[in-house]
Amino acid sequence: MAAPRLSTEDPAWAKALIITLVLVFLGLVLVLPLAAVFAEALRKGLQPALDAIANPDAIAAVKLTLLTAAITVPFNVVFGLCAAWAVAKHEFPGKSLLITLIDLPFSVSPVVAGLIYVLVFGLQGWFGDHLVDNGVRIIFAVPGIVLATIFVTFPFIARELIPLMQEQGTSEEEAAVSMGASGLYTFWRVTTPNVRWGLLYGVLLCNARAMGEFGAVSVVSGHIRGLTNTMPLHVEILYNEYDFVGAFAVAALLCLLAIVTLVLKTALEVAQPGAGRRGH
Amino acid sequence: MTAEAAAIRTGPAARRPLFRRRSAIPGFTLTLGVTLTVLSLIVLIPLSAVALKAAELSPEQFVAAAFSERALAAYRLTFGAAFVAAAINGVFGVLTAWALVRYDFPGKTLVNALVDLPFALPTAVAGIALATLYSPNGWIGAYLTPLGIKAAYNPIGVTIALIFIGLPFVVRTIEPVLRDLSNDVEEAAASLGAGRLSTIARIVLPALGPSWLTGFALAFARGVGEYGSVIFIAGNMPYKSEIAPLLIIIQLEQFEYANAAAIALVMLGVSFLMLLVINAVQAWARRFS
Amino acid sequence: MTISIRSVEKKFGRYPALNKIGLEIADGELLALLGPSGSGKTTLLRVIAGLEFPDAGQVLFHDQDVTFASAAARRVGFVFQQYALFKHMTVAKNIAFGLDVRKGKDKPSRAEITRRVDELLRLVELEGLGGRYPSQLSGGQRQRVALSRALAVQPSVLLLDEPFGALDATVRKSLRRELRRVHDATGVTTIFVTHDQEEALDLADRVAILNQGVIEQVGTPAQVHDQPISPFVCGFVGEANRFEGGVLNGRFTAGSVVLPAARVADGKAVAFVRPHDLVLDADGFAVQVNRVHVQGALATVDGVTLTGQRIEVTVSRDQADQFTGAVKLSARRAHVFPG
Repeated sequence: MAAPRLSTEDPAWAKALIITLVLVFLGLVLVLPLAAVFAEALRKGLQPALDAIANPDAIAAVKLTLLTAAITVPFNVVFGLCAAWAVAKHEFPGKSLLITLIDLPFSVSPVVAGLIYVLVFGLQGWFGDHLVDNGVRIIFAVPGIVLATIFVTFPFIARELIPLMQEQGTSEEEAAVSMGASGLYTFWRVTTPNVRWGLLYGVLLCNARAMGEFGAVSVVSGHIRGLTNTMPLHVEILYNEYDFVGAFAVAALLCLLAIVTLVLKTALEVAQPGAGRRGH
Repeated sequence: MTAEAAAIRTGPAARRPLFRRRSAIPGFTLTLGVTLTVLSLIVLIPLSAVALKAAELSPEQFVAAAFSERALAAYRLTFGAAFVAAAINGVFGVLTAWALVRYDFPGKTLVNALVDLPFALPTAVAGIALATLYSPNGWIGAYLTPLGIKAAYNPIGVTIALIFIGLPFVVRTIEPVLRDLSNDVEEAAASLGAGRLSTIARIVLPALGPSWLTGFALAFARGVGEYGSVIFIAGNMPYKSEIAPLLIIIQLEQFEYANAAAIALVMLGVSFLMLLVINAVQAWARRFS
Repeated sequence: MTISIRSVEKKFGRYPALNKIGLEIADGELLALLGPSGSGKTTLLRVIAGLEFPDAGQVLFHDQDVTFASAAARRVGFVFQQYALFKHMTVAKNIAFGLDVRKGKDKPSRAEITRRVDELLRLVELEGLGGRYPSQLSGGQRQRVALSRALAVQPSVLLLDEPFGALDATVRKSLRRELRRVHDATGVTTIFVTHDQEEALDLADRVAILNQGVIEQVGTPAQVHDQPISPFVCGFVGEANRFEGGVLNGRFTAGSVVLPAARVADGKAVAFVRPHDLVLDADGFAVQVNRVHVQGALATVDGVTLTGQRIEVTVSRDQADQFTGAVKLSARRAHVFPG
């Protein structure tokens, strides 16, 4: 005799069916691609894969990717904190419009994100002549890559912080200010400790996207090997040259980044169940 | 008392300020100023370049660039594949969210983490991995070829890539709503004599409706703009398997900036429309909470 | 610290939260701002604190205009409704915050701060809990921490927003006594906001009753209870039977109910009678008793008049036996307002 089933519980067969369906689907869509990357990278053994990563162009790509993330993430942290402070701790007309505008880059195709900077800073762009005269290169150079990456990752940290800070309310800040604390002191000692997990969560996702961005960067990069190739662009070049081991070896490196991101994210969610519960 | 009164700093703060003080919490002008400046410089002004560039074209030229046969074919593919992928994710996303919220099974934490893989994995990596898997001699493609199914380098390939990209949007939008849906409404339905299936069909699924629509719209919007994961598996044949973002890149490579801007303007229009739809759905959903 | 509020106005959007408020608060006074939700009482408290700035009018602290001075410059101690304790700081750190943020020669020495914190912990009877975090405290303890944190800066005025709102009934009562004790010990001018009339009458020296952004009446607890100047105050403070009827020649009549109404002009009127102001009287109006329920030393009688008006009477318990079947009642006192 089976234990009686609660009225909110599904029959065992339905449970088994749904779990099987989900696991098969996720296996096909998510797990197999991940496995394929490592399998293809190691197709000819470990050494060729390591050689591909040690290649000077690959190392230059890794460096550029790290540099891009190192500029993008702090920039967006500062912006996100400013935006969240203004939006969550104050009342002003047009607030919801501002939030929508901050979210806007999420709904813009990465290719369009790249295009807009070509239109502004490219040779035929608004500032093209002016930039050429002064010998400044933005498009097909590192500044363009950084700008495009900032654009696509723009909302990540702000939209993580805004709802979190709104939820915290303003009374702790008011308490601090009424006791004579300065704005900056209040911000560092009272506000940030309350949102640090959310901030970390935003940083994690922002960093993953900054290192992995392809479409926007591809438009502004110019694909100059050793100079303006980020890791994802390097993967593309190697793949299009039929250097599959090389392409997948660098891709495997990016997979490791993704796995580390997911592990940290899961750890964060276990440690701080509140963080990131709003999704992305 | 006089000493105490003297301790109260009056000075300029006590006089009526030039701008009415809005809030006791400082830093508003500074942070809003930074926010608006950065937002304008990084997002709004560059985005307006698309419209201004496209305006250099005459109406006829604009139509020729933005609505050529090739462009129309690209829109059909892009929107069609994004729609089908979002619909498939709509089904499996609900099942995944349901399993994650309602059931306990070994490896649940792993599955939960894995759902976010498309957020964390660079799209180009996903693209080459999917192309390799589904190409005729790939791990999965090899099984499909004998059945007469070609899953890569055609619209099916595009759809597969967009399924990968869109999945977490549906799961992560539905999950919190499903979690907040308290047991007692289901118990109430059951106590009123509803069977399990009709409880789910009449109580649970309608409650998920708005978040399902939001997740669908988010996945669709992301799919429409997606580039990196698609181009490797799409085949990129004009009129057949060429997506709209690729068309922009092709125009750019031919230095046809205005034409690229025209196509981009159409895509931006669709993005804004999706944004409006998503906001409307969420406003509608709030009526129930 | 005396506080003067002069014609203060404040709108939120188009909603007027405060409408030409005027109020004088004496040095060392314990004043309650009493009103229903949305009456503007919290807004008024926040305007006094400098957490909100008025659209018009003035706030004076000891004859100095502080209308647009910051909360810190006013040296107010504010106790928030949900306490707003800093979750990541210990109780001692929370209390010391206002001293820690001072700069230069204003900042007390470490030892002095520790001494102040210990003194305040003793004042609110929380000795030994300085090392705990707010999450490790009960609701009542958190409230005491919030109170001592506000007192740490030796404020010129102590402001409390619904200080007992989040607590259960027994803790509420003992903390009320506590606040009175702390107020008497420090002598600091204190203003607190509440929607609970019993709390206001029990604790305050004077009560200001707000309704829809206007002060209806200011007075001692006895004054606002015994001599209410508006139907709103009468209905809001204390229990009352309410009758709608008319006045003719100094007599109020509503159906079979007749009440004294000296000095009220003839015409439509509304009358309030406290349940304890109704007494048995052979010349009174008839009431059919439905039920008598005993509550400790008192008994409440539920009855109905000949014209179907429900009526409530409070009597001492030994009188309760006399309330059976049909009785006749009259009112010792009634509050009649034209309208």
